[in-house]
Amino acid sequence: MTPSGFNLRNVVVVALLVALVLLPIYVALSGERFVLTLFTRIIILALAATSLNLIIGSGGMMSFGHAAYLGIGGYAVGILAYEGIFSGFVQWSVALGASALFALIIGALSLRTRGVHFIMITLAFAQMAYYVIAGIARYGGDDGLTIYRQSQFVAPLDLSNKAQFYYICLALLYASIYLIWRLVNSRFGMVINGARSNDLRMRAIGFPTYRYKLVCFVIAGTLCGLAGALLANYTAFVSPSIMYWTRSGDLIIMVVFGGMGSVVGPLLGAVALLVLEQALSGITEYWQIILGPLLLLVVLFARGGIDGLLVQWSAQVRS
Amino acid sequence: MPDGLDARRNAAMPCRRPPAVLLVGIAYFTTAAFSDRQVMTLFIEQCLNGVQFGLLLFLLAAGLTLVFGIMDLVNLAHGSLYMLGAYFAATFAAWTGSFVFAAVLALAATLVVGMTVEVIVMRRLYGRDHLDHVLGTFGLLLFFDEAVRLIWGPAGITLPLPPWLNTPVQILPGIQYSAYRLTLIGLTLATAAFLNVLVMHTRVGMLIRAGASNREMVGALGVNIKVLFTLVFGLGAALAGLAGLMQAPIFTAQIGMGENILIIAFVITVIGGIGSVRGAFMAAIIVGFVDTLGRAFFPDLLRLMLSKDAASTAAPALSSMLIYLLMAVVLVVRPDGLFPVRK
Repeated sequence: MTPSGFNLRNVVVVALLVALVLLPIYVALSGERFVLTLFTRIIILALAATSLNLIIGSGGMMSFGHAAYLGIGGYAVGILAYEGIFSGFVQWSVALGASALFALIIGALSLRTRGVHFIMITLAFAQMAYYVIAGIARYGGDDGLTIYRQSQFVAPLDLSNKAQFYYICLALLYASIYLIWRLVNSRFGMVINGARSNDLRMRAIGFPTYRYKLVCFVIAGTLCGLAGALLANYTAFVSPSIMYWTRSGDLIIMVVFGGMGSVVGPLLGAVALLVLEQALSGITEYWQIILGPLLLLVVLFARGGIDGLLVQWSAQVRS
Repeated sequence: MPDGLDARRNAAMPCRRPPAVLLVGIAYFTTAAFSDRQVMTLFIEQCLNGVQFGLLLFLLAAGLTLVFGIMDLVNLAHGSLYMLGAYFAATFAAWTGSFVFAAVLALAATLVVGMTVEVIVMRRLYGRDHLDHVLGTFGLLLFFDEAVRLIWGPAGITLPLPPWLNTPVQILPGIQYSAYRLTLIGLTLATAAFLNVLVMHTRVGMLIRAGASNREMVGALGVNIKVLFTLVFGLGAALAGLAGLMQAPIFTAQIGMGENILIIAFVITVIGGIGSVRGAFMAAIIVGFVDTLGRAFFPDLLRLMLSKDAASTAAPALSSMLIYLLMAVVLVVRPDGLFPVRK
């Protein structure tokens, strides 16, 4: 789908990947610690968007409840920390396990429907999770839960070190992108892709597409749970608002803004969107009044998102 | 999908038999209600509240399901029109000093906003992917929220009720109920009847129904489909605005008020069957009832089964979840909704 070799688009992507690795050095030299904080958040949300892209872009499953896993992963860390268990190995395993289990249950039910119904049922399940968590008074309910100590790992790993935490997030993001890239180009990915274009035909050839899609759905949910665990460590706070349906909308925006179905698209989208958000909020308090119509323009005129534009431009440059 | 399910779906018959769970619940409530006078008063009050909330939800869901069914458009900005209705009404009431006049003006204003939005934006989204709809209208939602914040400020504004509506009325010996809520019930029922006549018994309604089952064919028969779509969208917007301005005196008009109720309206359209106004009506009443009665009586019901502590922890979450649970069950058991439009 994406052109390989030396071209404008790949140069831009590689430049971005390298720039993100070098960012802490720039921060150390310039002393702008704020940039590091901003980009840590971007990386974490990019991870969530990347996982969403696996089901939306490759699988054609338009989940509108993806933020639920952010909340589940986040609350796994928050609740365990509240109960006095600080080991990152335990916390993160629970975060991943709980997200996977939730994805398995709602995926098994939701995948029986399609189209708008699928959008709505995933939304309904995410809202249910939202209300469950908002209703548990012991863990703060609506007000959220402050995390007083970050996840503890073995000696050299220390999440409270900002630069180290950034690199951990970045490494996990790159690993996920690589994993998804391998996955999408594998036999499994082909089946998923085929099921998106023509489910009936895939079944007629003999693929149990329901099971393939379910596995895909669970992988995406688990990865997003990981992003949730990172987000909880980043903000040192979790509240139900991270799993409200508008947050799922934000994730979809990142995916489509960057380029749906492209492996690096969500990263491009997250960087572009959140940097834009930062820049616009510097200009005016009412920045969403600009962002809203901008989104609309992207939907109407730039279907492939940023990655699509880059691919188009590199084709023009070549010819 | 297994073949059995497809076959069952093809033989889809409107389900008129209430599920057993509902019957048990109703039996419990009635026995509980008539054993104690105070509980009975509360029960009747909550039932009326449920009906009123359900009817209000119907106004929102009707517009949504029409737009959904006819233009195949997922409109997340529908809640924004609800919010605009409330803000317009509050502003016009402050200008004119008359509640009724403000309501009429607000209705007209949301109609105009709706039709404008359709002409400028929505028209370009028809025929696109549902994901495009979600994203594009999400952008609109952000725009409207922020525009309202820019114009009216971040704090909500109130719409005071005129004194003649702000009094309790005796409906049964010893039972009082808000006159305003009673008026709302009457008004929404009238609107529902009007919609029924409009959709089922007029030429425009015939075109709307025809458009829902086959857009291209209606266009090919020489109907100006563009104008029809603009009208339908405007109608939906006006209904949402009506719901918003009705709700404004009960809660305040505030930013984000549309976001929560929009999702409930979507739940209703899905339970009722997408595109079916009659389904939306039934589903809205069911959801209004389940939600209101659930919040009022579910904690007591849980206390019968669980310990007091467990019940007080679980009750608020479970009662907020009820309608989503209902929708999930409906979608799994009957993917096309309770009253699917026959194609």
